[in-house]
Amino acid sequence: MSKLLRLNQLWLLTLSLFREILREPGVLFWGILFPILMTLGLGLAFSKKADVIRKVAVISDSLAPDKDSANLHYFLDKKCEQSLPVDKDDYNWKFEIRDEKLGNSVFLFYPMDWDKSMVLLKRGTINLILKESEGKTEYHFDPLNSDAELTYMKLSGIIGDGEVLPEGKASEIRPLTLSGTRYIDFLVPGLITMGVMMSSMWGISYGIIEKRSKKLLRRLVATPMKKSHFLMALITVRVTMNFIEALVLLLFALITFNMTIQGDISAMVLMFLAGNFAFAGIAVFVSSHTSNTEVGNGLINFVVMPMMVLSGIFFSYHNFPDWSIPVIQKFPLTMLTDGIRSIFNEGAGYQEVAIPILTLTATGALFFGIGLKIFKWH
Amino acid sequence: MLTEKVIEVKEVWKSFKTVQAVMGISLNISKGQFVAILGPNGAGKTTLVEMIEGIQKPDKGEITIMGKHWKGHQDELHRIIGLALQETRLIDKLRVTETLQLFASFFNIGKQRINEIIEIVGLEEKRKSYVVNLSGGQKQRLALGIALINSPAILLLDEPTTGLDPNARREIWEILQGLKNKSETSMILTTHYMEEAERLCDYVIIMDNGVILREGTTVQLLQEYRNLDDLFVSLTGRRIYE
Ligand SMILES: Nc1ncnc2c1ncn2[C@@H]1O[C@H](COP(=O)(O)OP(=O)(O)OP(=O)(O)O)[C@@H](O)[C@H]1O
Ligand SMILES: [Mg+2]
Repeated sequence: MSKLLRLNQLWLLTLSLFREILREPGVLFWGILFPILMTLGLGLAFSKKADVIRKVAVISDSLAPDKDSANLHYFLDKKCEQSLPVDKDDYNWKFEIRDEKLGNSVFLFYPMDWDKSMVLLKRGTINLILKESEGKTEYHFDPLNSDAELTYMKLSGIIGDGEVLPEGKASEIRPLTLSGTRYIDFLVPGLITMGVMMSSMWGISYGIIEKRSKKLLRRLVATPMKKSHFLMALITVRVTMNFIEALVLLLFALITFNMTIQGDISAMVLMFLAGNFAFAGIAVFVSSHTSNTEVGNGLINFVVMPMMVLSGIFFSYHNFPDWSIPVIQKFPLTMLTDGIRSIFNEGAGYQEVAIPILTLTATGALFFGIGLKIFKWH
Repeated sequence: MLTEKVIEVKEVWKSFKTVQAVMGISLNISKGQFVAILGPNGAGKTTLVEMIEGIQKPDKGEITIMGKHWKGHQDELHRIIGLALQETRLIDKLRVTETLQLFASFFNIGKQRINEIIEIVGLEEKRKSYVVNLSGGQKQRLALGIALINSPAILLLDEPTTGLDPNARREIWEILQGLKNKSETSMILTTHYMEEAERLCDYVIIMDNGVILREGTTVQLLQEYRNLDDLFVSLTGRRIYE
């Protein structure tokens, strides 16, 4: 009998916290719509190649007066589409490379003097400067800027030493559009796991801190309420919300981008739960002491920010220095993301993700345990 | 026969870093007694009451409720105490009935009592309102309703009427008056308002700077002075609020 009544208490706590969330109009937007819009935006940005437009400065007083077939002046005059500038800031010449597989590239050439080109370079309007010197075309650009380097590679391929070379053999290029290798396949699992981290940390941690600062926790524990029931309810509500948010995003991605889950779905669910548990534990730990929401903000950001940047949500962490990679791989978000991604894209199953699942669960239990020990209700 | 001691506080001390908030206070409250703790801001009223509520621990001294210490009897004592803290905000987007229902569930109390409470505190019209949309007075009445939900033997109210206009204050007084007439509940109430103490309470404790300046039955104190305001001025040389 008393067990049943206790269950009623847990149920009402859960229901109340659910209502608190669902009655907040922002929840639907930020929790569900926003991730979808982000997926859509990033997915489209990276799935269809738009025309690449590059602006290039040409140092006009360096151009040889006669248009020898080997010089830059000749290329601009004969091979490019001329344009009579209406405005002095318009381009004078335009050259287009049409390429179905790689997308079109458009180069716009602007005559100017060296000083002006330096100003535009600093502003990032242009990233490459062409200058003619003793009949040779010089390319001035920052070798550390990979976009400038790409412009150089493409341009030097067509201008060469002045003569226009035939277009590259497009047939050798095999664009990878297999499901599982596209950017969207990389992105969606990351967005899902990032959502788990963000909404666990903000939902649970911030929720606790705010209730403590409102003195609501103090009021609640002055009743016979079971303290563990309160935390259980808070976590249940958050995990359920996370599950719904992830599911909606997943369905959207499966339909819109033809994604497929190549691995074991039950393993993915388990991995998802383990990740939720880990972050719920961390969230309780982070919010165990402070009743100041500003401090809470700082603490949450302190946990969330490094993982957002380093855990390879938007871009692979393999671009970071070698020594840092083993460290990054031990972050809970990295572990969760890599796990979910491998199930998604590489067809992984229990065997591959068993260790991360156990590690995440242990992480959650550890932080939860310590958090409860030092938890302040007043 | 001795009157039954419900709350017994013996030589209780409490300090925060540099502030001595409560310095050796003792008091006894018997069944059915309504006691007012009067004092200006920072007198130590909240600290004292929260120690009785088991929320804060005294540095020294002893507190027993129905003869029991807080240590080891938490659950049992929580069941017989009803309280309203000086400032608590409830869950904003929960309706009045839902809020009462939540607190009722902690005491295993059913729907009928919730309706009774809504009637007692006069929130019939506001059953379905979100807590966040209640006026200050309605919020205080809801807080009082929550305090009463378990029909407590002991009621501890920390400034239940501060910040309310005279009408809203009177509504709360009527609720408490009704309770006094109908039940054997004992109550401690802290307040800045002399009138509140005079009208509601049998016994008055005047506190300042962590100590009791004067205490006695309301009748007794009012015999000596025209009103409690005058008493306070004669004790401290200033009025209760500046
Ligand atoms: N948590 C705390 N940390 C530090 N000092 C505190 C704390 N709580 C109370 N104090 C100090 O203890 C003294 C008594 O405070 P208390 O809140 O008990 O006064 P009060 O009589 O309830 O005042 P008020 O009428 O303003 O509510 C004050 O000087 C206050 O600053
Ligand atoms: Mg106070």
